[in-house]
Amino acid sequence: MAVPVVFFVLFFAWPVVSIVERGLRVDGAWQFGRFGETLSRPEILDVLWFTCWQALASTGLTLLIALPGAYVFARFDFRGKGLLRAVVTVPFVMPTVMVGTAFLALLGRGGLLDGLWGVRLDNTVWAILIAHVFFNYAVVVRTVGGLWAQLDPRQEEAARVLGASRWRAWRTVTLPALAPSVAAAALMVFLFTASSFAVVQILGGSTYSTLETEIYRQTVVRFDLTTAAVLTMVQFAAVGVVLAVHARTVRRRETALKLVAPEETARRPRGIGQWALFAGVLVSVALLIVLPLGVLVERSFATSHGYGFDYYRALQTPDPSGTFLVPLLGTIGNSLRYAVVATLIALVIGGLAAAALTRRAGRLVRGFDALLMLPLGVSAVTVGFGFLITLDEPPFDLRASWILVPLAQALVGVPFVVRTMLPVLRAVDERLREAAAVLGASPWRAWREVDLPLVRRALLIAAGFAFAVSLGEFGATVFIARPDSPTLTVAVARLLGRPGELNYGQAMALSTILMVVCAVSLLLLERLRTERTSGEF
Amino acid sequence: MLRLDGATVRFGERAVLDAVDLEVAEHEIVCVLGPSGSGKSTLLRAVAGLQVLDGGRVLLGGADQRGVPVHRRGVGLMFQDHQLFPQRDVGGNVAFGLRMRGTGKAEQAERVRELLDLVGLPGAERRSVAALSGGEQQRVALARALAPRPRLLMLDEPLGQLDRGLRERLVVELRQLFGSLGTTVLAVTHDQGEAFALADRVVVMRDGRIAQSGAPVEVWSRPASEFVARFLGFDNVVAARVTGVVADTAWGKIPVPEDSPQGERRLLVRPGGVRLVPREGQPVAGEPAWTVESRTFRGSHVAVRLRPVDGPALDAELPLREAPEEGAAVGVAFRAEDVVVLGDDLP
Repeated sequence: MAVPVVFFVLFFAWPVVSIVERGLRVDGAWQFGRFGETLSRPEILDVLWFTCWQALASTGLTLLIALPGAYVFARFDFRGKGLLRAVVTVPFVMPTVMVGTAFLALLGRGGLLDGLWGVRLDNTVWAILIAHVFFNYAVVVRTVGGLWAQLDPRQEEAARVLGASRWRAWRTVTLPALAPSVAAAALMVFLFTASSFAVVQILGGSTYSTLETEIYRQTVVRFDLTTAAVLTMVQFAAVGVVLAVHARTVRRRETALKLVAPEETARRPRGIGQWALFAGVLVSVALLIVLPLGVLVERSFATSHGYGFDYYRALQTPDPSGTFLVPLLGTIGNSLRYAVVATLIALVIGGLAAAALTRRAGRLVRGFDALLMLPLGVSAVTVGFGFLITLDEPPFDLRASWILVPLAQALVGVPFVVRTMLPVLRAVDERLREAAAVLGASPWRAWREVDLPLVRRALLIAAGFAFAVSLGEFGATVFIARPDSPTLTVAVARLLGRPGELNYGQAMALSTILMVVCAVSLLLLERLRTERTSGEF
Repeated sequence: MLRLDGATVRFGERAVLDAVDLEVAEHEIVCVLGPSGSGKSTLLRAVAGLQVLDGGRVLLGGADQRGVPVHRRGVGLMFQDHQLFPQRDVGGNVAFGLRMRGTGKAEQAERVRELLDLVGLPGAERRSVAALSGGEQQRVALARALAPRPRLLMLDEPLGQLDRGLRERLVVELRQLFGSLGTTVLAVTHDQGEAFALADRVVVMRDGRIAQSGAPVEVWSRPASEFVARFLGFDNVVAARVTGVVADTAWGKIPVPEDSPQGERRLLVRPGGVRLVPREGQPVAGEPAWTVESRTFRGSHVAVRLRPVDGPALDAELPLREAPEEGAAVGVAFRAEDVVVLGDDLP
């Protein structure tokens, strides 16, 4: 419990508080009057309103499209399941900048839809919503599907025998059991879409602006730290309220579940209904996820003189303009190294926190539970900038250290680890731990012997998430990555920011590589999972 | 070996264990018997350290266990629904306690084999616990609890979920097993048959208190109170005024054993102690007239329910030959050795 708290205070609370202080304290006096002043500006109110409703709409749409997907992944057994699971997770780790660009290539001027039917969706809310679904599909599939696969189907069968229709059985037995994880997924999607930055920036154009883009604009473009600080506080408060509501609903619903091995619950689809559902999910995945990614890959090969590897070859040579000190290919290694370290940090911190949260109850602990989620909803820009101004002096002079980047990335990874592990950990029957204790296992040993094997699957999923968000993290990394070792995402953003076909093509090529790297690591993770567990069940 | 001194556990206002004093001697098998909610499972949890006491002490081998964590108490507990670790195979489950104590690999394997032989599942080490039948799971749970040689083995409804035939066989096996191993056992159950077959001593609990404690034969033949009598399945209880060796009841005058408590009492008549006598002519004044209300064939005997003109029904167990037809008018006599004058129930 102590370790996560210290981590959280040092690397989240302190930087954020410092930056807010810098904005709101002028000459040693707090300027709280700025709140009313800032919040009464109509353009700020517009920003707040848009942030809220687009996030709600995105969350609803994502659940609608992804829940059938979660079912298919949980209950159906089919060839290439691991590959497909990796495919749907890839978008989640794509740098936000890249996703925006991919959708621009699909929906915008001169894009695929424009070319085929003359349809353009850029500068509309639809483009933003669809991109958000693209992004968060995996969140729902992985969090909900992970638990769903382990729910005992006999519970539903029992309800059927007692006279419930198929739908009724699902609604009264399975849905309540899934509710905590659905709520957890919905919350994550909401926080992500509410603090979505690059997608809105690129697809929304000048028409739409969210709290996050506004904070960035105020901080970086206008150097108006005061307004940025006020907006950060508003974001804080809003996220706090959402988390409090969430904690209440989840607590009321969480019950000990009977979990079974996921391998036992998956069957091949049977009957027209199931095949139709299966096909529907495949089509939606194809349209929503494969198509944008495909366009991306296509662009990375499309040079001015036909298809070729020109952009990839250019990645191996030092940058002629001198923006990058190393060949761009090196950024892949940087990204992977950072991501591995960040994943380890996130697993240790998140694992300890989740274990502490299962063991203890009480107001304080629940408060900490909610607090751990804050980094997801709070502007990465604020955190990154905060790192720079707080961790640059003794005793924590880390500004020149490489560890800063994984630390910032782990901050975003921790909530994932906690959120994914907590529902499963809480579902572990308390008496199994008691049985271990009576047989002589200390509390720590009991956790290792009883909880860990049962949650290994959840742990791997969490690791996958943490790894993925670390790879794709942009908002904070862009502030703190050292110029001689930029990450892939930072390189992509810089390339996109510069004119010229070569830069654009190189950005596409780098993104394609990132995509492949993610897909491969996720596939390896899937492999690891089946190898480890096959011996046990 | 085990001693409870005024052990008290409260859930809110309700005392689930109410100042319980209990002793279990070395190598003794004690069975706690009681209806659900009488606090018997809480008793086990308190001894194991899974439930913190609100008052009193638990002593193991003379040492106060206050503040000793569960995993250092060195007791074994077999859970009601076994709680086998689903992710481990049979061998992994049985070896668990040994691993916790840092026993060497070879010794672990040896001990696991030994125990699986003992519980009648030789060679089952690699089997998955999910594939075991209820009886096999019970055996594995027993082997797991026995493996680290606990100084006290506790069983929570050990045979509760098994079918009757298996239960009767296992009870005998368990008693033999514990006898040969010299294990000290504290078991709880709601099934009197199980308790009487297994235990050296039976402790009947009611509402967190001990209602009676004694050897099975003693408890069976001399229930201390109406609660114990009824819990053991005896329903022939009636109000009586005891004077000397005769009790005056709604069922007429009933002989009672010598040295019975005197005065206004409750009286138990065991069904086997009821005999039918032919009615000769008119009923004797003061003796009630009996009618056979129902007769139920029970294999070795016939259970007959007799109804007096006025008063509660009386159950009798009769040999098949002697059982009268339903509706017959009969006379009744009682055997003094099957009559028990009950003590007061606890307040």
